[in-house]
Amino acid sequence: MTGRLGILISTAVLALGLTACGASSFDIPIQTPIRAKLDVAGFQRVLVAGFVSGGGSDIDPNEETVRLLRSQLRLKSKLKVVEADALPLAAITRQQTAAAAPAGASKDVKTSEAPTSLPVKIKNAQELAQYDRVFANTSYWKQLGEEYQDPLIVTGTILFTPQNQSGFVQREQEVYNSLGERSVVPIRTFMERKGFVLRPKFIFIDGRTGATLYSETFREEVLYDTGQDTPALSSYFELMDRIMPSFLNTLSSQKIRGTRVLLK
Amino acid sequence: MLVAGSTAAFANARGDARAQVAFGIKAAQDGLWDEAMFRWNKAVKLDPTYAAAYNDLAVAYEHQGMPDKAREAYEKAIRLDPGNDQIRQNYEMFKEINDRTTRHPH
Repeated sequence: MTGRLGILISTAVLALGLTACGASSFDIPIQTPIRAKLDVAGFQRVLVAGFVSGGGSDIDPNEETVRLLRSQLRLKSKLKVVEADALPLAAITRQQTAAAAPAGASKDVKTSEAPTSLPVKIKNAQELAQYDRVFANTSYWKQLGEEYQDPLIVTGTILFTPQNQSGFVQREQEVYNSLGERSVVPIRTFMERKGFVLRPKFIFIDGRTGATLYSETFREEVLYDTGQDTPALSSYFELMDRIMPSFLNTLSSQKIRGTRVLLK
Repeated sequence: MLVAGSTAAFANARGDARAQVAFGIKAAQDGLWDEAMFRWNKAVKLDPTYAAAYNDLAVAYEHQGMPDKAREAYEKAIRLDPGNDQIRQNYEMFKEINDRTTRHPH
């Protein structure tokens, strides 16, 4: 009883003391401006052209990414977003590759350094990498740029793959002792988990010249308990959400709101 | 005598610096960030050991879009007052934003 009274008195004295001295810390809202990574002053339009995509999930990462990036750019960028169908870039690359192959060239992907045919179903990063040649085809991008009045072209590759991972994870568990008192203890349990990995590579191409201006690659993953049935599309948006600030910051300055503490 | 003199000078410097910091806080609360930054810069010149002034200056640099200077000021504040959780928390939030927007594995 005396102890509790003592604590109460000390708290009251401390509170009075703080009031007398005035507060020594103050929360303040701030807006952090982040400068754009790419100078897009020379462009009036942006064309999110399409992506070479794969990974074996039941969504079409090309269509979804084109739609998502366009809607975000409409909201957050000063550039006019060109409306056009998403390019089937994988098919275009295969056509270009076949057309460039000399007559009678081997179609064996494994033995040829520059394969004359490309895997139609892209399952992993190695297969996706074979499509990189399309981004070096400046005449193709220049021609596309001419068609859409010299925009900044956004393209690249997207790999969205399901993954299963099992192993030990630490989680907290409620326990009660013989007196019925509750406590929480960390326990290690073996868990089967499943989820998705998203690996987008964004390539920014100058539509006036066809040359690549800038590119960046990301990797994000999410894992759920096996009992949790999260649709692929939800996971895709969850992972893209994490990447979006950095993508947008490539083209336009961003202001990120936050709170900081000022001290006396 | 000499020691007493330098202690008094330090107390004066800290007192003047505190006044600048307090004025800067008021300016920032009114949205006058340039004025706040000027005051906090003055405070750290008056008293280069004043961690809170460096913290406030870092916040101002952050708000004004000067991440390199903000990082430098936060790190100085942490060096001066390593046990201050509020400064550390500010710095962590600054780094989180800065790393997220500049994340670029290529």
